[in-house]
Amino acid sequence: MADEAEDAILVYLKDNDEISNSANFAEEFGFSHDEILNVIRRLNGFRFVEAQDIRKERWVLTEEGKTYAAVGSPEFQLFSAVPTEGIAPEELQKKLGPAVYKIGCQQAIKNKWVQMAKAQVSRKVEHADDKVKDLLLRIQKDEVVNQEDIDALKRRKLIIQQIWKGNSVRKGPEYAPKRKRAATDLTRENLQRGDWKELEFKEYNFSAKGLPVEGGHLHPLLKACFVRRQVQTIFLNMGFEEMPTNNYVESSFWNFDALFQPQQHPARDSHDTFFLKVPSTTRMLPEDYVERVKEIHESGGYQSRGYGYDWKREEANKNLLRTHTTAVSSRMLYALAQKPFAPKKYYSIDRVFRNEAVDRTHLAEFHQIEGLICDRGLTLGDLIGVLHDFFSRLGMSKLRFKPAYNPYTEPSMEIFSYHEGFKKWVEVGNSGMFRPEMLLPMGLPEDVRVIAWGLSLERPTMILYGIDNIRDLFGPKVDLGLIKRNPICRLGL
Amino acid sequence: MPTVSVGRDRLFEALGRTYTDEEFDELCFKFGIELDDITTEKAIQRKEKHLDEEGTEDDGETIYKIEVPANRYDLLCLEGLAQALRIFNGLDPIPTYKVANIGKESMLEMHVKTETSKIRPYVVCAVLRGVTFDEAKYNSFIDLQDRLHQNICRRRTLVAIGTHDLDTIEGPFTYEALPPAEINFVPLKQTRNFRADELMEFYKSDLKLKKFLHIIENSPVYPVIYDCKRTVLSLPPIINGAHSAISLKTKNVFIECTATDLTKANIVLNTMVTMFSVYCERKFEVEPVKVTYSDGKSFVYPDLSIYNMNVPLSYITGIIGVQLPEEKVASLLHKMQLRAEKSLSEDKKVKFVVFVPPTRSDVLHPCDVAEDVAIAYGYNEIPKRKPASLKPLPLSQFSDLIRTEIAMAGYTEVLTWILCTKKEISSMLNREEDSSAAIIADSRTSEFEVVRSTLMPGLLRTVGHNKDHSKPIKIFEVGDVVFLDATNDVGAVNRRHLAALYCGATSGFELIHGLLDKIMEATGANFVSPGNSSGYYIEKSEEPALLQGRQASVIYAGKRIGTFGIVHPKVLKEFDIPDPCSFLELDMQTFL
Repeated sequence: MADEAEDAILVYLKDNDEISNSANFAEEFGFSHDEILNVIRRLNGFRFVEAQDIRKERWVLTEEGKTYAAVGSPEFQLFSAVPTEGIAPEELQKKLGPAVYKIGCQQAIKNKWVQMAKAQVSRKVEHADDKVKDLLLRIQKDEVVNQEDIDALKRRKLIIQQIWKGNSVRKGPEYAPKRKRAATDLTRENLQRGDWKELEFKEYNFSAKGLPVEGGHLHPLLKACFVRRQVQTIFLNMGFEEMPTNNYVESSFWNFDALFQPQQHPARDSHDTFFLKVPSTTRMLPEDYVERVKEIHESGGYQSRGYGYDWKREEANKNLLRTHTTAVSSRMLYALAQKPFAPKKYYSIDRVFRNEAVDRTHLAEFHQIEGLICDRGLTLGDLIGVLHDFFSRLGMSKLRFKPAYNPYTEPSMEIFSYHEGFKKWVEVGNSGMFRPEMLLPMGLPEDVRVIAWGLSLERPTMILYGIDNIRDLFGPKVDLGLIKRNPICRLGL
Repeated sequence: MPTVSVGRDRLFEALGRTYTDEEFDELCFKFGIELDDITTEKAIQRKEKHLDEEGTEDDGETIYKIEVPANRYDLLCLEGLAQALRIFNGLDPIPTYKVANIGKESMLEMHVKTETSKIRPYVVCAVLRGVTFDEAKYNSFIDLQDRLHQNICRRRTLVAIGTHDLDTIEGPFTYEALPPAEINFVPLKQTRNFRADELMEFYKSDLKLKKFLHIIENSPVYPVIYDCKRTVLSLPPIINGAHSAISLKTKNVFIECTATDLTKANIVLNTMVTMFSVYCERKFEVEPVKVTYSDGKSFVYPDLSIYNMNVPLSYITGIIGVQLPEEKVASLLHKMQLRAEKSLSEDKKVKFVVFVPPTRSDVLHPCDVAEDVAIAYGYNEIPKRKPASLKPLPLSQFSDLIRTEIAMAGYTEVLTWILCTKKEISSMLNREEDSSAAIIADSRTSEFEVVRSTLMPGLLRTVGHNKDHSKPIKIFEVGDVVFLDATNDVGAVNRRHLAALYCGATSGFELIHGLLDKIMEATGANFVSPGNSSGYYIEKSEEPALLQGRQASVIYAGKRIGTFGIVHPKVLKEFDIPDPCSFLELDMQTFL
């Protein structure tokens, strides 16, 4: 049908300048007006025709008005029902029904057609014209009616205004008597029928994007592209082997004491660390090693002065969620010390926990990257060298180092990288040489040194992707759009 | 890390010069402290009151907030910071702290009663004589106590400091532990007498003090210090008595530190007296106090003895990784307030005796000495030693990353032949003969005539052989093509290409277009308007293998890197494919 309507319009315009009124055209050719309007809009879009809006205001009868146009106004009905000798009001009402009677009385009295006495309704004039009915019929036929009458009918809610919209249509710049339908895609049928040669495509929108791809998305922190695997690859290429870090519950001993972190250290406050209620204490520690750790804390040894306090086993036994993966490093180094010494390069990337209020830049759990080299004769030069190698692979080649304090490393260095975007130095990690007070009680040879560094996985990711609220990236308040959109990590590529 | 707020102008005065903020930041960076914030007194007050008003020009003195390492208690006040930086800058010699040599009879005494062992067993004391305070020095003195209380004293649990005007009290003093009801005095800042248990109740509404009540609250006895006239000096660790309060006029200061940890009590006392002995009549001299325990044992405090540490030169240079002459090491140590004397060890090797002053409780082991040498030498001056490591080829790594992305978009990877027929890269693709392809001389197989210059035939052949596979078919390949290249030694080069194909009831042109967007997004390229070379855009193209009107070139960084579009029906016919297909091919090397 739509095609027929389109053809009708285009053919009509071939011989005529204009379709002056779409409604008349629709009626003349037997289409619905709505359909014709739709076709005109489409043709106008393709610039086959140029359409002008026509807008008309017209009056139409209400339901009540329609009734009166058919059977006469209530006042005329009433007048007609009053015989010349008069009639009792009750009887008149019975004849007309209460609604017609009520309105009819008002209007007939106003028109001075009848007079009402208590017992009798009688005619005042002999003859009356039903002007209301006449007017309504004229309005129905779209004839012109003067304003005064319109207002009167409007007041009686017999007519309402209606806005009518239509089009006038002329030829457009692309006019042709027949329009070829533009195809949107090549189909199997086109190939089978062989009619692809006749296909005309609608101009493709080269400034829009294509249909979004439906697929899954890995989290940027863990995905192949960024951080975790990329950093893993970096470590593997640098000859590091992974430490097993699948143990979130740790004892204070391995997390703190073994690292020569004193028991009154602020980090060991429940304000900073998640201690466990169940299982609250650790059940087994290597006793001879525990003795050596106790001694180094209390009174020193191995040329150290120690901290000079009463070391408590209960504190060491307290279980916690590990606050750093260095807890794993201390286990690994201890294990290493139980065998004839062989140099090692270890790394890990895993979750750690801090008793922090979560905000834009702080999380209660995050990922820590850690690397360490254990060998004889290592120097700060080696540490600086390995940091340059590691961080340049992460895309940070301009580094500088600031002296810092850390209970288990000495010397300690904070790592700063120059951020080209921010035009300033940003802290990207921490590093140092593990203290002899940590290594020697484990049983490692005296000339063995361990250089190590750590950083969070989140921080470089935030810098890389320009994220200023860490919760957008990590945790249940994540912005899923961000996970879908982010580019692959092109670190070092 | 603790933060110390100091007035900038007073600090610069003490350092003997002014710095720009950047210069001072640089100095901090080298020394291992951090200029955390630059603010003003009024701005700090506004922040405390959570006011958002803007600062006015006249916001008062500029304050530097400086972060110091958690184990350097000597840097917790302006006096200590200035001294450390002056020595670091080579302006001052290392001070020698002395315990005044006074006779036993004139030495003040503190007697410790047995009961204190139930609650807070240790006390150490000292006297600063002839101190001249002004408002700034006085405030610094109070601030240092606060910071020590916060940090090493672990909010007064381990150590609590009391300072008193010695001229208002009279020794010998006693350190006792008594039932709360028996202790009665006027506490600091109050005007009436309180019984100790009432006082604890009273402080429950005191914002500052209520945090400390728990330390003694549940004990049957409270620690208390009296002078010989039973004047209460303090109720540690809660509050001092009002009677002995120090003021700007105080000349002689009595300091007592009660503790549960004697080592830390000594560090705290030493920090207090060394830092403020600079204002004493006899600079750097501290008057001792004798503490006698109930078992008769007695000790004289403060213990300002120097700790001698033997450190071989080779140990220091071995850690730093730089060969330094001995004189240089000694002068570097001097910058860090450590006096070092050279000597020879039994095996004739150079070693140092390092004299660790009482201010440097952080120096525990020779490794701490080595670090100080490294800091004074400059971390950023140490030459790096490059470790042995591998670097994988960026092209392979990048290809792998992109392959994963495409597979996750639902496309299946195929691996097709590098070699193909001439027709497959020309007439079958509705193209002229490809003059850029490398040609094989004698092939045993007619299938192999040239090295592919496009991935298109491989993907089309795969679809042609999989006609019965359910639709849509979504496949991709990442692999090399070869072009003739006169600039290369052998006259030909590889290029890494990426191609993807969609085949279904309709061509899926917009889906392939969407895949392009996905790939470009993964490489980090933005969709930009035509002509902009900061990202990628597409424009109408005329590639004969693709259907006219339904194809486009991809322009990235100003270069044409590929095309996509509906595969031309003639081409489909050549490869015996009955269903419409859309195809995308990109040169991936452009991204590297």
